[in-house]
Amino acid sequence: MKKAIIISALVLMLAALCFGVARRDAKWAGVDETVVEKFASAAGRPPREPLINTDQGDLLLFVFLIAGTAGGFVGGYYYRELFPPKAKASETRSDV
Amino acid sequence: MTRLRFALIAMAALVLLAFPPTASAMHISEGILPAPWAGLWFVLSVPFLIWGLRDLRIRSEREPMFKSLVGLVGAAVFVISCMPIPVPTAGTCSHPCATGMAAILIGPALTVVITSIALLLQALFLAHGGLTTLGADIVSMGVAGAFVGYGVFKLATALGLPRWPAAFLAGVLSDWATYAVTSFELASALHGNASLSNTFLAIAVAFCPTQIPLGILEGLVTAAACRFIEKRRPGLIASLNQPHGGVA
Repeated sequence: MKKAIIISALVLMLAALCFGVARRDAKWAGVDETVVEKFASAAGRPPREPLINTDQGDLLLFVFLIAGTAGGFVGGYYYRELFPPKAKASETRSDV
Repeated sequence: MTRLRFALIAMAALVLLAFPPTASAMHISEGILPAPWAGLWFVLSVPFLIWGLRDLRIRSEREPMFKSLVGLVGAAVFVISCMPIPVPTAGTCSHPCATGMAAILIGPALTVVITSIALLLQALFLAHGGLTTLGADIVSMGVAGAFVGYGVFKLATALGLPRWPAAFLAGVLSDWATYAVTSFELASALHGNASLSNTFLAIAVAFCPTQIPLGILEGLVTAAACRFIEKRRPGLIASLNQPHGGVA
């Protein structure tokens, strides 16, 4: 059963890969650009620059990396509190 | 089995590498909504924020570990809603919201609070959404996503569905509800002389090629998260969904 799931996942991923490569014209813009901003601009309300514009060069990559790292750290910290490793969990139980 | 796992991970990495990294998100950007509309959505979001903060105080007094769960879910919502996912069928990118999963775990009102914090940080530092449009983004992602997800989960479990299919439905419908409300927010402010319903439909249909597959992905992630939690801490989700539930 597990093998069947893994093989199906591989086939699906390959299909996605082939389909993605086939669509070479796709630019992978976000839906904010392709939908929200498109409709807003057509209605005469194009977006303004954000208050703190980090969308400059590689700065946005940097802040996203920091955000991901910070979010991952916070999530990991609380994860260990809620789901301690099994050995630690049994130690805690035996202490009680 | 190890080889198969390695092949799966390698394939996933290949798929990710095949997609260029440029991407952005769904939030309504700065300046798009006229001031009265931006103000209205902000005012609408305030009662939910007050309700959520009150919920946090009461539930964390009853169970100190509840704050850890809120921290974990908050971090997950922040990271997941920053993560643009390429959708090959549309050639565009968008991100899941994780509000359905959050609502199942910590309740819908508290989900509005953590979503607001995530959206504020994204608007301030990640050029992602806007401060003037924060209220509208809170209502679409926080209020609509959380309450629809929670309502669907409760309804599905009440109808006798096992928890993980119920979680799948909650994930799918919370994602679609978020984008439906975003469409309504845009249409109501920007329809001009055109009819509101036609503008709403045009925007909602434009979201469909990206959001239909992404909503299904969000459903799968929500179901997987619930199944994982059920395995690691059996009874946690059930206890959280009791009227006076806390962390088991």
